[in-house]
Amino acid sequence: MKRKHQRMILVGGLVLGLGTATILVFQAFRSTGELFVIPSKIAATAPKDRAFRLGGMVEAGSVQKTQDGTRPAVKFRVSDGIASEDVSYVGILPDLFREGQGVVALGRLQPDGSFAAQEVLAKHDENYMPPDMADELKKTGWKPEKGAPPPSALWNAAKSGSGPTGG
Amino acid sequence: MIAELGHFALALGIAFAFAQAIIPLWGAWRGDIRLMQSAPGLALGQAMAMVSSFACLVWVSVSDDFSVSNVAENSHTLKPLLYKITGAWGSHEGSILFWCLILSLCGGAVALFGRNLPAGLRARVIGVLALSSCGFELFAILESDPFLRIWPPPENGQDMNPLLQDPGLAFHPPMLYAGYVGFAIPFAFAVAALIEGRMDAAWGRWVRPWTLGAWCCLTGGIALGSWWSYYVLGWGGFWFWDPVENASLLPWLTGTALLHCAIVVEKREALKIWTVLLAIGTFAFSLSGTFLVRSGILNSVHSFANDPARGVFILALLGLVIGGSLLLFLIRAPLLGASGIFAPVSREGALVLNNILLCAIAAVVATGTTFPLFADLLFQSKISVGPPFYNITVLPLAAPVFIAMAVAPLMAWKRAALVPALMKLWWVALVAFLVGLVSAFGMSALPAMFMAFAAWMICGAFADIIERIRLFRVPFGNALSRLINLPRSHFGTTLGHAGMGVTVAGIAGMSMAVQEVVLVHPGETVKLAGYEWRLEEMHNAVGSNYNARVATITVSRNGQLVTTLSPERRAFTTQTMTTTEAKIHTNLLRDLYAVLGEERDGAAVLRLHDNTMAPLIWLGALVMGMGGFCSLADRRLRIAAPSRAARSLPGAERA
Repeated sequence: MKRKHQRMILVGGLVLGLGTATILVFQAFRSTGELFVIPSKIAATAPKDRAFRLGGMVEAGSVQKTQDGTRPAVKFRVSDGIASEDVSYVGILPDLFREGQGVVALGRLQPDGSFAAQEVLAKHDENYMPPDMADELKKTGWKPEKGAPPPSALWNAAKSGSGPTGG
Repeated sequence: MIAELGHFALALGIAFAFAQAIIPLWGAWRGDIRLMQSAPGLALGQAMAMVSSFACLVWVSVSDDFSVSNVAENSHTLKPLLYKITGAWGSHEGSILFWCLILSLCGGAVALFGRNLPAGLRARVIGVLALSSCGFELFAILESDPFLRIWPPPENGQDMNPLLQDPGLAFHPPMLYAGYVGFAIPFAFAVAALIEGRMDAAWGRWVRPWTLGAWCCLTGGIALGSWWSYYVLGWGGFWFWDPVENASLLPWLTGTALLHCAIVVEKREALKIWTVLLAIGTFAFSLSGTFLVRSGILNSVHSFANDPARGVFILALLGLVIGGSLLLFLIRAPLLGASGIFAPVSREGALVLNNILLCAIAAVVATGTTFPLFADLLFQSKISVGPPFYNITVLPLAAPVFIAMAVAPLMAWKRAALVPALMKLWWVALVAFLVGLVSAFGMSALPAMFMAFAAWMICGAFADIIERIRLFRVPFGNALSRLINLPRSHFGTTLGHAGMGVTVAGIAGMSMAVQEVVLVHPGETVKLAGYEWRLEEMHNAVGSNYNARVATITVSRNGQLVTTLSPERRAFTTQTMTTTEAKIHTNLLRDLYAVLGEERDGAAVLRLHDNTMAPLIWLGALVMGMGGFCSLADRRLRIAAPSRAARSLPGAERA
C-alpha cells in the first residue's frame, strides 16, 4: 500500500460517489421535476401527463364546497388576471386559504381541462403570494414595497380591462 | 430606557468582538504571549455584553414596551408570558441577536473550557470566532436593530404569528441555533490550524467534543422542528423536504461526516485536509441555513421571518466568511502535511465511505434545494422538486450507509478483513432478514427493505458491544465487568447508530399510515384502521388570545374505548388567523391523530390518521442525542481532558 495508491483509491471513491449522485439527480429531475405554471400559460406549457404546480390568486366568490361520497370536496378558480383555471380538491384546505389570496396547488390536468389538486399550499403569511405570481404582477405595476397585493377581483379587472374574467 | 441599555450592550459587544478578533490574532502572529492571553478575558467580556443585551430584549418584550418596534410587531398584551419570553427569539431581529448571543457564548465556552489548549491555538480559535461575531453583530445593529424605537408607540402590539405560539416551538429555535452556531467552533479550530499550518492528533481530540456537542443540539433541533410541523401544522407528515428543513439537514449531514472524520484525525492522523474542508463546509451550510432562507432568495412554505431588503448585506457577509476561509484553505491546506496510510478495507476506509456517501447525500439535497433558483436563472423555467425527487435520489445513497453502519465499528484500524467482521454479524443479518420478511406482509417492498435495514442497524449496534465484552464466550460475570469498564464513547456509538435505526424504522413504518378525510355530523361514526371514530359533539371555547371550536371524538376498538381526542380550530383575534390544533393519542408505537377542518351545515370536516410507528422517528432522534451526550461524558473526550497532551506539545507558541 503506497501513498499514491491510497490517494488513487480515495479520489476514485469520491468520483464514484459524486458521479452516482449526479446521475441520480439527473434521472430524478427528468422524472419528477415540477413545473410552475400560471393559468394563462397552461395551454402552452403545462405537461399533460405529469404533476405540476399551479399558482395564482383564488378568485373572489369562486369557492364552492361540494361532497364526494363521505369526503368533503372543494372547487375554486385560480386566476392570474388573464385567464382562470378550475381546480378541484378533496381534503382540508390550509388555514390560510382565502379568496383573493395567493395559492399554489400541486396536481394534474384532467381530461376535461380542469385541474385536480392533490395538495394545496397557502403560506403561513397572509400577505403571501407565489413568487412567480409576484413577478407577473410586477409587470402590471404593483411593487412588493407598496404592501399587500391588490385583491384579485380588482386586479382581474385592472388587467383585462373588460371587467373581472370570471364570476 | 431598557431598550437603550440593550442597544448599548450590543454596541459594547461589538467593541469587545473587534478587540477579541484583533489582539489575540496579532499576538499569535507576533508570538507575544501577553497579547494572546487577553483572548479569554475579551471573549468572556463579549459574552457578558451579549447576554445583557439579550436580557434587555426579553425584558422589553415581557414588559410590553410597544415603543420598541420589534415588540410592537410581534407581541400583544394578551399574549401568554411564555410566548412573550420566547417571542424574543421568534422574530427576525430577535433571532439574529440570539444567533450572535450563541456565537459569543461559544467564544466564552472556549475561553472557559479551553484552558488546556496551547496558548497560540486558543488565541487563534477565539480570534477567529470573534471575527465572525464582528460581522453578524454589525449586521444585527446596522441592518436589523432589535431595539429600534417607533413614535408614536401603538396602543397594542400586532401579536405573534399564532403558529409560533406553541411550547414545542419555544424550544426548537434555541436548540437548532445552538447546533448551527456550535459548528462555528470546529470551523474556528480548522481556520486556526490553517493559519498555524499544522494539525495533529491532539487537534482531533480537541475538536471532537465541540463537534459532538453541536451535533447533539442540531439533532435535537431538527427533531423538535419536525415534531412541531407534525402536530402544529396538522399535515400529518414529519418531513416535507422544504427549503427550511433542508437547510437544517445539510449541516447535519456534513456535521455527521465531520464527527466521524475527526476520529480518524485523532486516532490515525489521516484525512487532515479533508477534515478541515468539512469543518469549513459544515459551518458554511449552517450560515446559509440560517441566513439564505431569511434573505428571501429561497422561497419556502414555512419560513417566517424573511426580508429581502437585507439580503445583500447577508450575502456579502456569507461570501466574506465562506470565501475567505476557502481561500485560506487553498493557500494553506498543503502545509498540513502527509497523513497515515491505510488499506481500503479498514476502519479508516469505512469512515471514508461514510464521508463520501454523506457528502453525496448533502450534495443531492443541496442541488434539489437550490435548483429552482438555477432553473430560473439558466433556463428561464420555473421548476421545483418535491418529495419524489428526494426519494429517488437520497434513498439509494442512504442504503449503503445503513449497511456499512453495522459493519464499520467491528473493523480494525489500518487494515481489516471484511469476512470475519461479517461473520460476527450472522445473527444480525438473520434478524434483519426475518424483520424484512414479516414487514413485507404489511407494507410494500421498499419500506420493508428499510425495516430490514433498521433491524440491521439496531442489532448491529449492539453486536459491537457484545463483541467487545465477549458475551457468551467468557463467564457472564467477566463479561459484565468488561461492560462496566467499557469506555462510554462505545455506548455513544451504539446509541447513535441504534437511534438512527429506530428513526429509519419509524420512517419506514409511516408508509403503513392511513388517513381519511370525512364529513360527519355529530353522532356519526367512521371506521378507519380497525378503529371506530365517533364525533360526539362540538362546542366553543375561549383561550387567552383566541376563540376555539372544539370537537370531541371518541376512538374505540371492538366497542372498547381507546381514547378521547379533542382537536381544535382556533381563531386568533389580533392576527385574523385560524390555526388547527391536531390532537394525538400515542402509545409510542402508533399515533391516533385527528384534525378538525371547517364546518358545513352542522357537519364537520375531520381528517383522521392512524400513523403506525410514527413516534419512533422522534424517539430515534432522542436516542441519537443521548448517544452523543454519552460520548461527551467519556473521560477521554471531556472538553478539558486533553491536558496532559497539551503540556507535552512543544512549539505551539512559536513566532
